Parts: sequence; C-alpha cells; structure tokens
Amino acid sequence: MINALGKFVIDYLKWVKGVVILFMDILYWTFIGPFKGKAAHREAIFYQMSFVGVRSIIIVFFVDIFTGIVIAMQTAYQFEKMGAGIYVAALVAIALCRELSPVLTALVVAGRVGSAIAAELGTMKVSEQIEALDTMAINPVRFLAVPRFLALLLMLPCLTILGDIAGIIGGYIVGNGTLHINTDLYFQTTFKYLKCKDIYTGLIKSGVFAVIIALIGCFEGLNTRGGAEGVGRGTTRSVVISFILIILADCILTAFFYFSKV
Amino acid sequence: MSEAVKIDPIISLRNVSKSFQGNKIIDNVNLDIYPGETFVIMGCSGSGKSTLLRLMTGALRPEEGSVLIKGKDIASISEAQLDEVKKGFGMTFQYSALLDSLSVEDNVALPIKEHTKLADEIIDIIIKMKLALVGLRGYEKYLPSQISGGMRKRVGLARAIALDPDIVFYDEPTSGLDPVVGGVIDHLIKDLSVKLCITSVVVTHDMQSVFAIGDRIAMVHKGKIVEVGTPDEIRNSKNPYIQQFINGKPEGPIDFFKEDIGIIQALGL
Repeated sequence: MINALGKFVIDYLKWVKGVVILFMDILYWTFIGPFKGKAAHREAIFYQMSFVGVRSIIIVFFVDIFTGIVIAMQTAYQFEKMGAGIYVAALVAIALCRELSPVLTALVVAGRVGSAIAAELGTMKVSEQIEALDTMAINPVRFLAVPRFLALLLMLPCLTILGDIAGIIGGYIVGNGTLHINTDLYFQTTFKYLKCKDIYTGLIKSGVFAVIIALIGCFEGLNTRGGAEGVGRGTTRSVVISFILIILADCILTAFFYFSKV
Repeated sequence: MSEAVKIDPIISLRNVSKSFQGNKIIDNVNLDIYPGETFVIMGCSGSGKSTLLRLMTGALRPEEGSVLIKGKDIASISEAQLDEVKKGFGMTFQYSALLDSLSVEDNVALPIKEHTKLADEIIDIIIKMKLALVGLRGYEKYLPSQISGGMRKRVGLARAIALDPDIVFYDEPTSGLDPVVGGVIDHLIKDLSVKLCITSVVVTHDMQSVFAIGDRIAMVHKGKIVEVGTPDEIRNSKNPYIQQFINGKPEGPIDFFKEDIGIIQALGL
C-alpha cells in the first residue's frame, strides 16, 4: 500500500518535472531561439493556426450560441418572475465573457486539437520520426511543439472572442424572440453592464488554457511509448488531463480576479 | 616488408557500457570502424545491436566509456556540440521514419533547409541529384503513404545522404522487404559507399545482407562483441555462437529461454 502510494507520488512528480522542462524548452525556442537564428518555421505556424483556429470556428460558434440560448432561457425563467427580464442581456454577456466562453471554447479545443496534437506527435514518436529529427540535429521541440504552442496561444483567444459574440447572439435570440425585448434595448443593456475587464479577464484565462492544451498535448505525444496502444493512451490522457487542468486553472484564476478586484 | 600505413578509426568505442533499469545491455564494448569501410553489426533481436548503433549516433549516452566520432568524444560533449557532430552523419531507420506530412522532396530537403542557407533552386537540384542516386527521380511530389516500403527506405537513404555525410548508419535496412527489393537496397548501400566514399555502419540480422555488403562484420551477443572479422573469417569461424547464428540453428549456445528455469519451474510445479 505504502509502496504503491510512494510509486504514485514519484511518478506524479516525474510527470510534473517533465512538463515543466518541456515548458521551459518551448519558451526557450519561442523567445530565445529566433535570436540564435533557429526560429520555428513560419509556414508551420500558419498551418497550425489554420488547423487550430479556422477549422474550429463552426464547432465553437455552435457550442457558444447554444450556451447563450440556454443561459438566457434559464435566467429568464427566474428574472421574469421579478419583472427583471431585461437583465437577461447583461447576465448572458457577463457570464459568457468572463466564464463560459473561455472555458467551453478551451474544452472544445482541448478535445479537438489537444487530442490531435497528442495523437500526431505520439504516432511520430512510435514510428521513429522524432528520433529521425533528432538524428538530423533538428530539435523536435522547436520543429513540432513551438508552432503548435504559438498557434494555440494566438488562436484560442480569437476563438474565445468569437464565442463571446456567438453567446451574446444566442442570448439575443431568446431575449428578442421569447421575452420580446427590442434589439436596441437588448444591446444597450448588454454594453451598459459589460465592462472591458469582463472581456480581458476572459481572454487572459483563454491564454492560460491555450498553454495548458499545447503543453499537455505535446508532452503526452512526445512521451508516447508502446505502439498503437500507447498512442491511444497518450491521446486519452492528454484530453483528460487538459480538462482537469483547465477547470482547475479556471477556478484559481476566477478566485484571483475576484479577490484582487480585477 | 613495407610498413603498414596507420589509419585512424573514424568511429571508435572504448570500454562502452549502457544499462536500462539495472540490466546491462552493452557491456564493456571496444570497437574501431575505419573510414570508407562498410561495417556490419549482426546479432539476434535483443542482443544490443540497435543500442550500440544509438550510442554511436548520440541518441543514447553511455554510462561508462567513450564514443569517439572523428576523434571527438560524443559521450561527454554538450547538446549543441553534439548537433554539430550529427550534421556530419546520416541515418536510415527500420521503418524509414519519413515525416508523413511532407512529400518525398520535402523530406529530402528537410536537413538541407535546416542546416544550410542555400537558395531554393540549388536545393531543388540537390534533391533531384540525391533522388537520382537512389533511383527515385519523378517521385518528388508523392507522399510517403503513396509509395511502397522499399521506396520509402530509399527516400530515407536519400535524406540520410542529403548533407553529404562521411558516415551513414543503417538500422535494419532490409527488414520487412522482399528478397529482391532487399537485394536492391544492399546494392545501393554498397554502391553509395563506393561512389561517395561513405563509411557505412549497418545493423542487421539479414544474413544475405551481411555477407553481400560487409567489409568487416561484428557479431553482438548479450551486449558483448563475440567476434569481428571479414566475411570469410566470420563464415569460417569456429566460434559456436557465430556458427549457430549464421546457420540459423535453434540448438546451440544462443539460448532463447531463461537459462536456469526449466519448464517445471516455469510453470511453478
């Protein structure tokens, strides 16, 4: 029992150490590498941005618009009793921008992109492609992880903004269709209560989530062992761990923003 | 009698040992490989021959001993210095290890684009030259998934020689190929080492290949070098390990089961 517990703790610490080292490596190749003439390939970054961002637009849009609709209906149910139906507009916008859009977008992207990163890098690892890069004196972190990291860091906040807009449209559909709030009044109320800080705290969160998704996807992929089964295991682990860390980071960041009155 | 000219080995292993999880996989190995020769390392699966190759390429670092490539000990140099050494050699892999997402020409161009500042037109010419050397002109735009296993190995070879290396390491170059394609690859290895004056280090257990291409052959068993010699010396060796291996006999000193566990003990009876 104690042995098993000890082994678990040691394995966990080794995992944390591995992730931290990879993070340092990615930061080195992102910010210091270019000054040594070893920048990541621009085409690779654009390709990954298209994969991470452009191809996630539809799914993020639908997830957030439906969430906006659901939040609007659930709150309208309560607010109408108090004759405060108009405040649905403010609540939907603030809830989406501060919390739901960053988290849901990150979860969708972790499921779609994080798993793809882990599976692709894992397959490359078990088919000796990573070793081949290493033998050609091409650093796998610079060549593979940095473009994915940068693409996520740039595109996830963009997707979050798209999610914010989609959510507000979802809220408007319910507000206008069911609660009969006219368009002008709905958007006036939205922007009266929605502050800049609601948007940027959400974007800060999405930046942190992007780091989590890229880091876990790349780490699990680059450390895959044991053939096809290992690739499957790494992919599942990357999604599960990303989900847990996204929710955990969300909790910590929300507490930080709440207590620091940001 | 004329005095023999002393040539320095291009690869030299001195008292090299490597363990994994307490098991000694390479045990105090000494080996010299000379410029221009095709050196074959043969041995059973799990004998440590691939580990030996990875120690020479710097993918693994030994716990003891030194690995000298052109006089530089790669066991004790920094990653950046090791990268410089790596640019001087190429390697082909058992499963080709071509990047799936890149076309044949991009795979061959990869090391050139990464390590030189040549113009695209020059790189294009080099790619065409390298692909011509392995007989694959006209396949530039294909993806690795669209060509056969033997062709993938040849693209891997073109990639390995892209930077005109002095040394090429081959990990199981003919495994998984039919005998004819295997023969083509063997011919290519021999041909390239003569044409381009490359030192070739080949790890294989394909006996046809061993005698077809080897200038010198080493047999590895349980992490130790059993014998090193020319193809004739190996063929006529009295060593029972070598005789069992080259004739593929199930009986002999090379055991495939745990030595001291009989079936009764293994079953716990």
